[in-house]
Amino acid sequence: MFADWPLLSLVIWVPIVGGMMVLAAGDSGAAAARRIALGVAVVTFMLSIPLFTGFDRSTYLMQFVEQTPWISAFNINYHLGVDGFSMPLILLTTITTVLVIIAGWQVIQKRVSQYMAAFLILEGLMIGVFCSLDAILFYIFFEGMLIPMFLIIGVWGGERRVYATFKFFLYTFLGSVLMLIALIYMYSKSGSFNILELHDLKLSLGEQKLIFLAFLTGFAVKVPMWPVHTWLPDAHVEAPTGGSVILAAIMLKIGGYGFLRFSLPITPDASQAFDWLIIFMSLTAVVYIGFVAMVQKDMKKLIAYSSIAHMGFATLGMFLVFRIIANTDSMQGAALGIEGGVVQMISHGFISGALFLCVGVLYDRMHTRQIADYGGVVNTMPVFAALFVFFAMANSGLPGTSGFVGEFMVILASFKANFWFAFLAALTLILGAAYSLWMVKRVVFGDVGNDRVAALQDLNQREFLILGILAILVLLLGLWPAPLLDVMHASTEHLLQQISHSKL
Amino acid sequence: MSFAMPDLIPVMPEIAVLAMACVVLLADLFLKDEQRNVSYYLAQLTLLIGLLLTLNLANEGSRLSFGDSVINDQMATLLKSFIFIVTAIGFVYSRRYLKERGIFKGEYYVLGLFGVLGMMVMVSSYSFLTLYLGLELLSLSQYALVAFNRDSSRASEAAMKYFVLGAIASGMLLYGMSILYGMSGSLDIIEVSNYLIRELDNDVALIFGLSFVIVGLAFKLGAVPFHMWLPDVYQGAPTSVTLYVGTAPKIAAFAIVMRLLVEGLGHLHGDWQGMLIILAVLSLTVGNFIAIAQTNIKRMLAYSTISHVGFLLLGILAGTSQGYAASMFYAIVYALTAAGAFGMILLLANKDFEAEELDDFKGLGERHPWFAFLMLLLMFSMAGVPLTVGFYAKLSVLSAVVRVELYWLAIYAVLMSVVGAYYYLRVIKLMYFDKPLTNQPISQQWDMNLVLSINGLLMLVLFFLPGGLMSLCIKAINF
Repeated sequence: MFADWPLLSLVIWVPIVGGMMVLAAGDSGAAAARRIALGVAVVTFMLSIPLFTGFDRSTYLMQFVEQTPWISAFNINYHLGVDGFSMPLILLTTITTVLVIIAGWQVIQKRVSQYMAAFLILEGLMIGVFCSLDAILFYIFFEGMLIPMFLIIGVWGGERRVYATFKFFLYTFLGSVLMLIALIYMYSKSGSFNILELHDLKLSLGEQKLIFLAFLTGFAVKVPMWPVHTWLPDAHVEAPTGGSVILAAIMLKIGGYGFLRFSLPITPDASQAFDWLIIFMSLTAVVYIGFVAMVQKDMKKLIAYSSIAHMGFATLGMFLVFRIIANTDSMQGAALGIEGGVVQMISHGFISGALFLCVGVLYDRMHTRQIADYGGVVNTMPVFAALFVFFAMANSGLPGTSGFVGEFMVILASFKANFWFAFLAALTLILGAAYSLWMVKRVVFGDVGNDRVAALQDLNQREFLILGILAILVLLLGLWPAPLLDVMHASTEHLLQQISHSKL
Repeated sequence: MSFAMPDLIPVMPEIAVLAMACVVLLADLFLKDEQRNVSYYLAQLTLLIGLLLTLNLANEGSRLSFGDSVINDQMATLLKSFIFIVTAIGFVYSRRYLKERGIFKGEYYVLGLFGVLGMMVMVSSYSFLTLYLGLELLSLSQYALVAFNRDSSRASEAAMKYFVLGAIASGMLLYGMSILYGMSGSLDIIEVSNYLIRELDNDVALIFGLSFVIVGLAFKLGAVPFHMWLPDVYQGAPTSVTLYVGTAPKIAAFAIVMRLLVEGLGHLHGDWQGMLIILAVLSLTVGNFIAIAQTNIKRMLAYSTISHVGFLLLGILAGTSQGYAASMFYAIVYALTAAGAFGMILLLANKDFEAEELDDFKGLGERHPWFAFLMLLLMFSMAGVPLTVGFYAKLSVLSAVVRVELYWLAIYAVLMSVVGAYYYLRVIKLMYFDKPLTNQPISQQWDMNLVLSINGLLMLVLFFLPGGLMSLCIKAINF
């Protein structure tokens, strides 16, 4: 029944229009605003389900395609479509938004309708990023989503919110304008902004290198990769819980997705020439940022650094492929790297989202994020403690959780590329466990730290619902990742074909 | 030269505006102070008549008149239409502000209309003489308008500076023109162009004349290093006048650059391209960096104007019809955006409060969410962030620059636009992240609210449907 619906347009525009409606409802009806927002988010989620069930797993071609001319002067089209990489990310977005709206139910008391509207509009824009097949359309969504996020951090954030939100905006803006020039350059060569046509555009190595670097600045800031990661801890610490969740769970994925959609297929030769750079940056993120995470005193900052380290895995998996192909002469190992990278992105979406929500739960009660202010939380909040420990375990890559699948696949792939890459990447198993579990130990276990901890209330039903759903997803993906891998298979093979074909 | 009756059809709008301006001037003599609204309505009527007459000529094709010294073509139609629209918007925004300061006088509208007439002549000029005539008519009206609040010493000072520097600029322009006249033997733009086709040896005297013309134009546009008058005039003039000076005349200035440099001296493109690159790079740099340091929003918008002039020049210096169309789009979008931004300042001002400090925007998101939202759209549009039309303005100019392979210039321009984003974001920060300083209610007036809302929402609407305006701009550049 859904086959002829413009599903992608619906999942983009239902939340945006819904957000406008919530905004119009105004602050007088805070209760109504919450309900409408939840309704819109749930409807959007429902609309995204047919994308999964109706997805044809046997083809790499774009599905659910919609195309209408938009701006003829620049040959810009309203061109949407999804493949195996983008579809899971859309589902991740719709699920996460529902959870974030529920999480903000009681916590947000200031400008409720604006808060809810900002998240809904942000959702639509982020989905737009994942399904745009026109480069300018992609760029518009990519930039446009900075506006709601800028306001979310700035209005509902913590003490240093202004500094953090400016840094966030300007960093990402700076990264993406260079990408815009690269896109315009390719347009001047090909006369088209169609991403699929750009995949086939012939480019010399020199051109490819410059375009690759332009994309790299845009996406590396977004991922964020070491050394352009410094905006992330600030943004995370100052953002309200919901903002942190969206940032970690979805926005960071847009950088990784950009590498898959733009850098690798459009500039395969430059990607090969520069793969050492990405691998170096990724491994640095994994090892160095892992150590940095360990010494954090602020829980949110710790999780933010752990996000950078985990996203390092995703980019590592994607850019190992050239060495694997060169070493083993087979596509199998290379596919493992890319699929591992994507699984890592999805899994990190759930886990980091859950961890930020856990910190949010504590922060709402104690109004502090300092690890030192806690201790012995398990005595007063046993249910919460169980979930928190579970997510921390997942974060450190415990087998059976989704965190294990992606990391394992990437480490396996890196063995085929170079032993030392694998060695360094595998350090994360130790480091991840160290910073995650040490934090948990200091916060959750031990004797009750102080009177305020003693007075803590355990999770209410609403909080339990959110964290419970995430726990189920983390387990499900950890024990049975096959559905996700099936979806990606055809697209991965196609991508590998594209990148193993030199454009020169 | 024959003394046959010139073809008056192409100049019907100019004749109508001139006649009506005189009517306003006369009618105003017989009006009592409480009837002053009549002048206002007559002025708006004039603009409407001008607009209708201009649109009526839209399908006439190119038509020359007055011995080839005036032209009416698609570019003239398009630019004049927007001059009328933007001026009318400005008049709506200014009425309450003028009334509250006791300077709600008929002369304001008479001078405004004569300025409009000057702009129309500039847009339609096809000879050095008419061009200069239009420019002077506009400039003189503006000098007087800036000093309109004669009790304000700041305004008088600004007017004085504007007058002196403007006179120097006019002199430069005139000197350059006279050299070109001496070389080519004609004042007609078409003749100068033909002369350059015949004599394509880069004569030093030609370049000499060209340099002076460019200096004159740069003065009028406010490009660095000829921008000194602009911040003082923007800050010193009454806000309603700043709005007038900062919007429609930019469109007219774009038009004379097109007529002079492109249509007249197009064959010297190789020579003026380098000069414009210098002007553009300096304007982008100085405008964006100095704007950061401002605390007065009018002054900040003045520096922002300078940086936008830099962008405008980028499209022109590309030297392709795509670039000219891009610059035209940029000029129109900028005029509309700036009108909205100054309109917001006028909205917040009241009888004894100017609302011209950045801090006066603090907490607007709480005081009046709707207007804050409109200002947000206007600011993001100026910054060129997507979901607002400013993005396409930047995109089209940049793509013109990339097409002529000036990559470094495109990269420099986008880096400067990141710098620019900072001070636009600061306005949004003040509106949404800070607490309001006062809780004074914002005076509401239905006409202003309506026009301002349309003006702000236009940034969104034109973002989703930019095709119409873009293709109009492309059609207007047909040579």
